[in-house]
Amino acid sequence: MTELSAHLPQFQHGQLTENFPDNHLSNTNDNSERRRHDNSERRRNDNPESETNGQPQNNIQQVVEQDEEEDEELTLKYGAKHVIMLFVPVTLCMVVVVATIKSVSFYTRKDGQLIYTPFTEETETVGQRALNSILNAAIMISVIIVMTILLVVLYKYRCYKVIHGWLIISSLLLLFFFSFIYLGEVFKTYNVAMDYITVALMIWNFGVVGMICIHWKGPLRLQQAYLIMISALMALVFIKYLPEWTAWLILAVISVYDLVAVLCPKGPLRMLVETAQERNETLFPALIYSSTMIWLVNMAEEDPEAQRKASKNSTYDKQKQAPANQTQNEDAEADDGGFSQEWQQQRDNRIGPIESTPESRAAVQALPSNSQTSEDPEERGVKLGLGDFIFYSVLVGKASATASGDWNTTLACFVAILIGLCLTLLLLAIFKKALPALPISITFGLVFYFATDNLVQPFMDQLAFHQFYI
Amino acid sequence: PALGLFLFTIARDPLRIIILIAGAFFWLVSLLLSSLIWFIAVKASDPQDEQLQKGLLIFGVMFSVLLQEAFRFLYYKLLRKAIEGLVALSEDGCSPISIQQMAYVAGVGFGLMSGAFSMINLLADTLGPGTVGIHGDSQLYFLTSAFMTMVLIFLHTFWGILFFHGCEHRRWWEIMAVVVMHLAVSGSTFCNPLYVGSLVPSYLLMATAAAWAYLLSGGSAQNLWRFLLCKS
Repeated sequence: MTELSAHLPQFQHGQLTENFPDNHLSNTNDNSERRRHDNSERRRNDNPESETNGQPQNNIQQVVEQDEEEDEELTLKYGAKHVIMLFVPVTLCMVVVVATIKSVSFYTRKDGQLIYTPFTEETETVGQRALNSILNAAIMISVIIVMTILLVVLYKYRCYKVIHGWLIISSLLLLFFFSFIYLGEVFKTYNVAMDYITVALMIWNFGVVGMICIHWKGPLRLQQAYLIMISALMALVFIKYLPEWTAWLILAVISVYDLVAVLCPKGPLRMLVETAQERNETLFPALIYSSTMIWLVNMAEEDPEAQRKASKNSTYDKQKQAPANQTQNEDAEADDGGFSQEWQQQRDNRIGPIESTPESRAAVQALPSNSQTSEDPEERGVKLGLGDFIFYSVLVGKASATASGDWNTTLACFVAILIGLCLTLLLLAIFKKALPALPISITFGLVFYFATDNLVQPFMDQLAFHQFYI
Repeated sequence: PALGLFLFTIARDPLRIIILIAGAFFWLVSLLLSSLIWFIAVKASDPQDEQLQKGLLIFGVMFSVLLQEAFRFLYYKLLRKAIEGLVALSEDGCSPISIQQMAYVAGVGFGLMSGAFSMINLLADTLGPGTVGIHGDSQLYFLTSAFMTMVLIFLHTFWGILFFHGCEHRRWWEIMAVVVMHLAVSGSTFCNPLYVGSLVPSYLLMATAAAWAYLLSGGSAQNLWRFLLCKS
């Protein structure tokens, strides 16, 4: 179950539109499927054993309860792994943003503001500045709310084409236009000469591969890398075009909004998630970072597995033109488990004749899928909305750009955000439903930013000056 | 070296990484609170008086040391609770990570964070142009800073082990020894720029703490001997 929202800010010259997604964090659908499967698996295991041993069958109730506990254990045991799976991309994104901010001066120059934040902050009095920034933040938030509601409405009324078109346009913009600007600025910083044709070729390749990876299928690592890159680009745009006080205010308000939108029963994001759940679909891959495969390997249930094996056998045999005609016949009967005659003979020779009854097949299927289940929790990962990446990176980037404490502040914000993410994932493991990922991390980040900048920095400066160590 | 420690021993296991980051976080919070106190003290006092400022700084340092140790204790409490939770969750009834490992990782977390905060601005400055010690300060500023930071990181690691061991076995004298050592090390840095006064004692203390922690963790001279012999 994932949730997100998207909305369109307009670019400064009002011509192109871009999307930026919002954030929510959740466990995958698969968790519930896996639990169901674990339940059914263990029951199947129990049944044949009890028949052969002649013992009374286990209490089904006990089995079910045991299953639930073990499922929770499994969930939390792999929790640490999931946390790391999310730490790494968040860290990478932040590292990219901070590195860019520190080296490329383009993103710290004030070249104007977005059309969404019309009030300037270069005012004469502090009060005026505060008022302006509050108004800016209010406008931005209302834009976000409107866009979110629009997205939810479109989703509810099944206007999938519109949503897809919207997403495609925005990712086109991100992949081509913004990366072009970024590349240009990096070249300027390092004084690398480059001709337009090479640049065009590079950007074209980058963009097309990105579009394919994000919207269609592609290697998981590549898709993750692309999602990280576009989050970083988006965060850089924000850092450049949002004036200071507005940025901090927006961060604060958006985490409150996130909390409200996800947890309130009438919140748009919650409705989005519930609708997706009802229709049993996954949400848009372009807006969510997933730490595992998005399309799942189907867990072994009798018929589909049998059919798959049968079809595999059939294609294999047809290709190799196996002599055994019985294989062809067996394909027609889906229920013999797709075991070919030769395989059965081999097995009989080794183990002794065993009836390939549905029950024993189920037991055998359950066994290998046991090992698959132990791999599956690794496959079943956590999903984090791209908006989360973006706002985390905005926080850390702004900290590194405008703080007097420089690296100390950046580091402090980084640790704060990671701890917030940890806590959020812990809550996710406890509550097992979609949660907003922004509030805790952003709160910690903001607290640490302001505290470190104003309090710790002078202290550390004095210490370093006298070379005292604490 | 601290980074090497991190890569080789911690980066493999996700649980350790989480404990590391949490340790760093606790150190950060302690730093925050201590700088808050210092800030208030400075604001409340006369900004012109040099001696007073320096005195306040020293006071701030001592207070910060005490706060760090307090936070180490709090972290220990948290980790105890976490271990109980992990034991309840694990399948075979024993925790996937022992309290000693946690102690080690927590120590590294503290150490890394303190080292990072001490060094990183300096490092950023070294990238730029300039001459060291142009105003008559010591020319060895960067070098000694680097060494001091390294010794502090190691010390934090060892203190972590010692401290947790003391808490586990309720030996108050161990805990007091850690606190006293920490105060001594910070105090010795007050002799800077007379580097002999600060670096040498710190290294000696580190050697002591290392040996102590090693013995506590179950090592012995025999183990060390065998280890060296096997390798060579």
